[in-house]
Parts: sequence; C-alpha cells; structure tokens
Amino acid sequence: MSALAWLIPCALVLGGAGLAAFLWALNSGQFEDLEGAGWRAIQDDAEERKPPNAG
Amino acid sequence: MGQALTSVLDGPGAAAPNIPGSRSETVSLVVEDMYCGACMTTVERALLGVPGVRTARANLSARRATVALDPSLSDAQSLIDTLSREGYRAAEAIETTDVRDARRADDLLRRLGVAGFASANVMLLSVSVWAGAASDMDQSAASLFHWLSALIAMPSIAYAAQPFFGSAAAALRARRLNMDVPISLGITLATSMSLFQTVRGSHQVYFDAAIMLTFFLLIGRFLDEQVRIKARGAAENLLGLKALTATVIGGDGAVQRMAARLLKPGMQVYVAAGERVPVDGRVVSGKTDIDESLITGETLPRWAEAGSEIHAGTLNMTAAVIVEATATDDSTLLAEIARLMQAAEQGRGQYVRLADRASRLYAPAVHVLGAATFIGWMLIGAGWEAALTYATAVLIITCPCALALAVPAVQVAATSRLFGKGVIVKAADGLERLAETDTVVFDKTGTLTRGEPVLRNGGDVSDAVLVDAASLAVASRHPYSKAVVRAARARGLAVVAAQGVLEVPGSGLLAPCGEGERRLGSEAWVTGTDTAAQPESLWYDDGNGTITVLRFEDELRPDARVVVSALKAAGYEVSLLSGDRPAAVERAARAAGIDVWSASVRPDGKIAAIEALKAQGRRVLMVGDGLNDAPALAAAYASLSPSTATDISQTAADAVFQGQSLAPILETLAVARATQRMSLENFGIAIAYNIVFVPLAIGGWVTPLIAALAMSLSSIAVTVNALRLRRRSLSLASMRRMT
Repeated sequence: MSALAWLIPCALVLGGAGLAAFLWALNSGQFEDLEGAGWRAIQDDAEERKPPNAG
Repeated sequence: MGQALTSVLDGPGAAAPNIPGSRSETVSLVVEDMYCGACMTTVERALLGVPGVRTARANLSARRATVALDPSLSDAQSLIDTLSREGYRAAEAIETTDVRDARRADDLLRRLGVAGFASANVMLLSVSVWAGAASDMDQSAASLFHWLSALIAMPSIAYAAQPFFGSAAAALRARRLNMDVPISLGITLATSMSLFQTVRGSHQVYFDAAIMLTFFLLIGRFLDEQVRIKARGAAENLLGLKALTATVIGGDGAVQRMAARLLKPGMQVYVAAGERVPVDGRVVSGKTDIDESLITGETLPRWAEAGSEIHAGTLNMTAAVIVEATATDDSTLLAEIARLMQAAEQGRGQYVRLADRASRLYAPAVHVLGAATFIGWMLIGAGWEAALTYATAVLIITCPCALALAVPAVQVAATSRLFGKGVIVKAADGLERLAETDTVVFDKTGTLTRGEPVLRNGGDVSDAVLVDAASLAVASRHPYSKAVVRAARARGLAVVAAQGVLEVPGSGLLAPCGEGERRLGSEAWVTGTDTAAQPESLWYDDGNGTITVLRFEDELRPDARVVVSALKAAGYEVSLLSGDRPAAVERAARAAGIDVWSASVRPDGKIAAIEALKAQGRRVLMVGDGLNDAPALAAAYASLSPSTATDISQTAADAVFQGQSLAPILETLAVARATQRMSLENFGIAIAYNIVFVPLAIGGWVTPLIAALAMSLSSIAVTVNALRLRRRSLSLASMRRMT
C-alpha cells in the first residue's frame, strides 16, 4: 500500500504535465495553422534569408 | 485575434530588423491563391521586404497573413500591391464574428483537455476500486481513492461542464427543455451525491460517470463548432475575391491608384487586360472579352463594348477598357452573393437534428422517471438520502451517453465509408438532411458537364489544319482556344506557337502568312458573313482561302445519364437549373435525360427556384459548383459540390465529391439513408438497455460498478452496430426515405 504514496502523485504529475503541455500549445497558437505547420518543417531557408530592402 | 497572433509573431520564424522607437500596427490580409508551403514562404518574404514591416506570418489553413508594421512607413495598400507583384491576390481581412468564434472553439478545446485529463485519472482510480472490491482493498484505501477522485473530478466538472450548464440555464429561462437540462442535472446531482457519499464512506460514488459524460459530450460540441467556423471563414474570405485596387481616371485625365472600397458611382476606372473588374459598371470605351465564370459559372467569355454592363469580380481577358462605376463595394453583385449566402445559411440553421428531436421526447421522460423514483421511495419511507441516491442512479443510467453516441457513431462510420469513395462530408447534420431529400437540382456547367469545351467534330478536321489552328490558339486564354490546343496535343501533334499572333478582342486571333493572314475566330470575323447557325464554333482560315469550322461542346460527365436515371428510379425528381444559354441547357438536359430545366438563371433566381420547390413541400438536394451556385447550395435543404468547384461553393455544400464521375452522388444518398436507418436502430438499442436497467435503478439495485458497466456495454453495442455500416452493400433504390 505504501507504493500508492508515490504512484498516485506520479500519475497525477504525468497527467498534469500532459495537460499543461496541451494548454501551452493551445495558448501559443500551435493549432492555428495545422496545414502550414507541416509545410514549414520542410522549407529550407525560410529563417536565414535576409529581407532584401528592409529598413 | 490580433493580440494572440502578435504574440505568436514574436516567436522564431519571420522577424525583420526592428525600427527603433516606432509604433506598431497589426494588419490581417486575406491571400487568395496561397495553396502550398512554397507560396507561404514567398508571401512571408515578399511582405518582409516592404519597408516598415516588422513581422509577417502566413496562415495556410485560413489563407491569411498577419503583418505587424510601422504605420508611418507603410500601410495595407502597399502590402497588397507587393503581393500582387508576386502574383497573389490579397485583401484586407474584415474581422467580424470570426474572432469570437475562434475564441469559443479554443475555449471548448481547453475544457476538453481538462475533462480528458480528469476522466483518465478518475477512471484509473475507479478501476482500482472496482478491482479492489473483488480482492483485498480495505475501506480506508477505497475511501482515499474516492477522495482523490473527488479532488480531481469536482473542479474539472465545475470548469469543463460550463457550456452545458450555460445552455441548460438559457433553455430554462426560455421555458423549454433541451438535452443539456438532463445532462446538467445528471452531472450536478451525481457529483454532489458522490461527494456526500464520499464523506459518509459509502460506495455509491459516481465521479467517474460524471466526468466521462462531460468529456464525451464536449467532443461532440467541439466538432460541431469547428464545422461552423470553417463555413463562416470562407464566407468572409469571399470578400477577398473582389478586385481590391482600382486605377481611377480623374476629370483632368490624371491617373490614380486607390482601394476599391473608396470608389464612388460615376468614377471612371481603367481595367487592363488580365485584371479583375473592381466595380459593377458600364463600359464607356474599349472592346474586350469578359470572363464571367466566377459570377455565372459559365466558362465562355462574354463580349463587352461601350454600353455593356459588367460586374465586379469578373476578369477582363483581352484588351483594356474604361468602365464607369454604377455601383461600388457593398452594392456589387459579389457582395450581394455573400449576403445571399449568409442569409440562406441562417435559414438552414433552424434544422433540428435527429438527436435533438429524440431529446425532446427523452429529456422530459428522464426527469419524470427521476422525480417519480425520488417521490416513490420517499412515500415508501426510505428516507431522503436513499431516495435521492436511487434517483441519481436513475439519472446516470438514463444519462444520454448511448443516445449521444447513437448518432455520432453511425455518422463517423458513414463519413469514413464515404471518404473511401472520395466523398468528403462537411456539415455535421449534412447526412441527416441528405437522407431526407426527395428532389435533386443540378447545375449544368462543371457539375453535369465537365465544365470545359471539347472539340466535337474532330473527325472532320485533318491533323495539318488542327496543328495550324493550334499554333494560333496557343496564344489565347479563350476556352475554345484551349480546347483546340488540347485536341491537337491529344492526337500527339507538336504545337508550336506561330510568329506575330494578334488577339482581336471579341473576334479571334490572326497571324501573318505570306501574302494573306491566317485567322481563327468567330464566323462573322473569319468569313465575313454571320449565319449565327453555329454559335459554339470557331472558324479557321489558313490564309489561302480554305475555311474549316471547328465545333465545340461542353461534354457531359461520362455517367451523367446513368446517374440521372438511377435517381429517377429511386423516386427522386430531377431538374436542371443553369445560368447558361437556353440552347446549351436544353441540349445537356436532353442528353442527361432530365425533363425539367431552366436556363439563364441568376444567383438570386436559383434561390427563388429552390424556395418555390420548398413551398411545394419538396426537400431539395442542390448539386452545383460555381460561385453563382453558392447561395443556392446554402439555401437548399442539402447540397453537394464536385471538388473542382470554387472554394466558396465547396464550403457551402454539405459534402464534396471527387473525380470525373457523378456516381458518388448515388453512394452519398444511399449511405445517408442507411445512416438515418441505423441511427434509429441505435436509438432502439439505447432504449432497450434502458428498459433493462432503469427498473434496476428505480428499485435501488444499481451500484457504481453496474452503472459504469451498463454505460460502457450500451455504448459498445451502439458503436459495433454503427461499424457494420462500413461493410454493408447498399443500393439507393432499396433504401426508403425516412423522415
């Protein structure tokens, strides 16, 4: 029975971590563009490229 | 959305150098032709190249881009101009109901996450208690588990079940009952009784049932909301189809670029070849061909000269014209179509789904049973605590879990079966409405036909003539020209563009050839005489006086006739409603075997025709593809679109089918009717299980384990029955309509 003392908190913490991750993803807009996110992963140099004439 | 998106934009991705000490403003753009990841990158780069733009983030699903910019250096118009140089049509997004809807969906998703977390953990504890009851768990451990369940379940239910509480309260205030009333009552009573029994150390604890119910019901709620948002988003993006920048010629002849929404009636607007017309207006000078496919669904361009009326959103194909605006922005035809659609969709919103109709009978019965149980046990003298416990058990046993699953489970099976056949069902209640239709109205171009003309008299035309004609035609965007080129390529001929081809608006193409000229175009222009006997033709003069006529037709889809006769055999009335010319419509109707047809129908005329059928008590299935069909698709009882349809029509339709064949229409109707029948079967199963267990609950013999078992067993039975739909062979004729 003493195993319960740490097994139950473990289960709750793991579940809670999952929930927290989900809420973080939702609040930070991860679900806003489900189609585009897949494409972004395979774009090569979208990040590095300097805009040509930005002030 | 502005706030939320701005924070997203601060992340990695697309940050341009900051301009120190400047203000920032967020602009949201609708970008029409952004279809893939490469487009997304191009759009972002182009926007970042505009001075003053700090961040730009494209959203592919929503076809939108959000830009943070310094208003002193740049504005929305310069962003739109930049994108149009890259080949994308963009417009400033009009933020209306969209933001609120997206927030509500996010809110539901958040509650769903919490309910999912809580139900998983509570089930973990409950299963332990049930297993422990059969082995060696002592009372103190069971009590600990109940307390833990209470700690997890109660705050989660208080938060996650709010949509049901809110809806139930609203229904009660309006003095009616909806399904949310017994749901809320069941959840609340079960939770509070469970808390009470936990304090007392009893076994009548139903936290697991309460939180699971909340979780499953939230899933259904969220899916419904998603469908609604998608439909509304497309209606708003439609506004982006309008030409958004116009070139205005002032009284002194000065030329000025301005946003289309600033145009006033009476202004003179210059429309270059290849540009979209920004206003409804009248041509004052110039001659051209106007591609009206966006408005009328017809592929053939219309000839326009001084005095002709042309509409906003149409495409100027051959030569520049000057147009005097007669109506602008909000009063244009396109804006009118958007409004017609919105109105039509609101009308359809009154449809009452099968599950809701069932709940109108079911909800009062549940309340009566629960109350009767409580009163009965009180009268016998069991005391209020036992009486309330038994009444709660009745509410949980009758809780509409199987009922809430009965219809969705069948619909999921049906949609996955249809998906395998290339039919995508979009509206949650679409299948139900499809099952109840008794009349099918087809659009012609692009629906009953392929939507592109093909060469009809290919046998009379030699290879040499065809390849000559194609060498001219390859320079033109006209659908007949494209058909000539396709026909030549289909014969394996190499098409080489001729030198010095000139396109004469409204007439045809010409190229110099030795002494004379080669001409491909209308009869009057090529031969000098207009018999008007063959309107759907091109005439070709090879420069030596040999004239060949090329005839075209918009070919029917291969199985149109078979599908129409199958529909008739199954008892449907079939008719044809088209914006095209009467002769073409009559020929298509005859070829497809349709007896009732009308031609030259405008979008509002299509709605009127459907309303008239409605008034006769008919339930109309509209099958259409053009923008001009969109309002009719939204107004009809149910609707289908081919996947080649315009975005807006696909969104208005309940289901979209792929491929060259019309047979998916038959499959969709057969599956829809089978879905309706199996939903009723599932209600039967759910009710049968109630007949067995409700007496037990009333009698006070139900324990939490029996409640959970009964709930799962009925749900499994309903789901297994639903899955049968995926394999069964169905034929439309054998499926009777049920209402």
